[in-house]
Amino acid sequence: MSEPRTMFEKIWNEHIVYQEPNKQAVLYIDLQLVHEVTSPQAFEGLRLSGRKVRRPELTIATPDHNVPTTDRQLPILDPISRKQVETLRSNCQEFGITLFDLDDPRQGVVHIIGPEQGLTLPGMTIVCGDSHTATHGAFGSLAFGIGTSEVEHVLATQTLLQSKPRTLELRVDGRLAPGVTAKDLILYLIGQIGTAGGTGYVIEYTGEAILALSMEERMTVCNMSIEAGARAGMIAPDAVTADYLRGRNHAPADFEAAVKRWRSLPSDAGATFDTSRVFSAADIAPQVTWGTNPGHVLPVTAKVPQPSDFEDETERRSTARALEYMGLTPGTPLQNVDIDRVFIGSCTNGRIEDLRAAAAVAKGHQVAENVNAMVVPGSSVVRDQAMQEGLHKVFEQAGFEWREAGCSMCLAMNPDKLSPGERCASTSNRNFEGRQGKDGRTHLVSPAMAAASAIRGHFVDIRDWEYSK
Amino acid sequence: MQVFRQHCGIVVTMDRADVDTDQIIPKQFLKRIERSGFEEFLFFDWRYDDSGASNPDFELNQPNAAGAGILIARRNFGCGSSREHAVWALENYGIRVVIAESFADIFYSNCFQNGVLPIVLPVEQIDELFRRASGSPYALTVDLEQKTVCDEEGLNLSFDIDDFRRECLLQGLDNIAQTLQQESRISQYEERNADRLARN
Ligand code: SF4
Repeated sequence: MSEPRTMFEKIWNEHIVYQEPNKQAVLYIDLQLVHEVTSPQAFEGLRLSGRKVRRPELTIATPDHNVPTTDRQLPILDPISRKQVETLRSNCQEFGITLFDLDDPRQGVVHIIGPEQGLTLPGMTIVCGDSHTATHGAFGSLAFGIGTSEVEHVLATQTLLQSKPRTLELRVDGRLAPGVTAKDLILYLIGQIGTAGGTGYVIEYTGEAILALSMEERMTVCNMSIEAGARAGMIAPDAVTADYLRGRNHAPADFEAAVKRWRSLPSDAGATFDTSRVFSAADIAPQVTWGTNPGHVLPVTAKVPQPSDFEDETERRSTARALEYMGLTPGTPLQNVDIDRVFIGSCTNGRIEDLRAAAAVAKGHQVAENVNAMVVPGSSVVRDQAMQEGLHKVFEQAGFEWREAGCSMCLAMNPDKLSPGERCASTSNRNFEGRQGKDGRTHLVSPAMAAASAIRGHFVDIRDWEYSK
Repeated sequence: MQVFRQHCGIVVTMDRADVDTDQIIPKQFLKRIERSGFEEFLFFDWRYDDSGASNPDFELNQPNAAGAGILIARRNFGCGSSREHAVWALENYGIRVVIAESFADIFYSNCFQNGVLPIVLPVEQIDELFRRASGSPYALTVDLEQKTVCDEEGLNLSFDIDDFRRECLLQGLDNIAQTLQQESRISQYEERNADRLARN
């Protein structure tokens, strides 16, 4: 009998092309996703060295970070943004790469379109010049973000040099309570293990609470693995995974044979992780971040902390700095904090289930007077689906802006951004200083919590929400 | 790639943990399609005030940090976005060594691709470096062959680094060219896995 192995080890071993002793492995990459911001220098590198793309059909590109979310018929106003999108277009043409361009119904945030098109499959290695590539691990693939030089390496060789990471199991027992979402689950875990708790590791999320999640919820969890410092997060494929993929554009032709293969992927009973930690779903309440990194997080029922709550000197200083930046007074109940803006979208929470959850909260209500709220679908497919279901009407009637697909105010590279001092309830993944606009203040929450805060004008405990019929 | 053997440079200390790549290079400067010219944007939002004047309190703007080539920070340096622009901005500015208690993974690999050496040292040694660098301009000599960090007053610290990565930096090796020498192995792998790799 062979040793029991983790899912990570199985996928890793299967993708080693070659490894010399004491060197990094040459790992085969099954799929690369490319966007306009982290790729121009990689293509330029290829040109300068006269190299070709080895397997153009294993790379898919789309513009998402820098694109307008208003009328797509108009040209992009900012000439530098426009140039970047045009550069992606000409690079794809020159090197023979499929591009889901701005006017393509499949365009959207890279991490949303991969799964949506059935490009992301269990057992694959997937990379992208983007740290949230971890999202794809929700399918039981090994997916991680890389730098631009590595993007070039993959384009030229379809492989990557990698040192073997360690494995970290995060097991969540029991079931999430009503109103507590996948977003709250991952924010809670980051709060527990810290923003560097996963550094050097690939996380496998296990346990009843994880397996009970839908495919989209699993993506929300894996997406934020990087916020815990891990480059990759994964969840074992099961019937939920297969049901999601069946019938998608690029799903395997012999689907049932593929499903059979996928059954061998999950970690074997008795496989050991380098580190394992166990949590209880019952301990998780709806979460809100209060500071300037995703580990600065508390239950919505808590109060803004004091620097002296922390033992470690560096932590105390970083808390003081964060509170000053965020304009928060220690001891204030989080539910008393007023907000100016709401952003619903991103690769964390811009999928159809997220929009349904937010619409269910918004239905029959009005966005508070001083609040500007916008909904930005994660992809054009999500947008079309939402419009078929009439969700855009629900949002518009409640006073939310309804936009085109893209990254938008998740990183504010396009015109969607906070003004200095503005406070935002956001369903995205990063609350770093200036992330949503210089001197803007970001609080990360779930889609339902974001919609409810838009309506009340401050944070609310979604477990108390009365839904309209 | 740029060779790295030894670097002697002025130190700039940043007594901060979790310095993320959004701070190292804010997103509005990611629109460029070149690899150079990012030095003016390094730590932009911290370095300049709203009028564009340099912020005298910010670490890089302190007189004793003028011309710095070595940056020392606390834990989890370079967390967040994978943007290699963060390393380009540091390198373009002239920073060739970053010393920290720990680094985020992607930032750490990106350094090696650009001839920038990331060094992990234990907290006590970092504390000591912060003490020594707190007054007049303070210089360190970092020797990658010897794996040491030394100052002129007799401090001599050694650090660990992966042999393969060290070799690549010492020789300025081009990873892609090296991998392409294994071309036949890649082709064999592709043949063996042709079924799995066929795109629908
Ligand atoms: S939605 Fe945000 S986190 Fe996701 S890829 Fe776009 S910018 Fe990055």
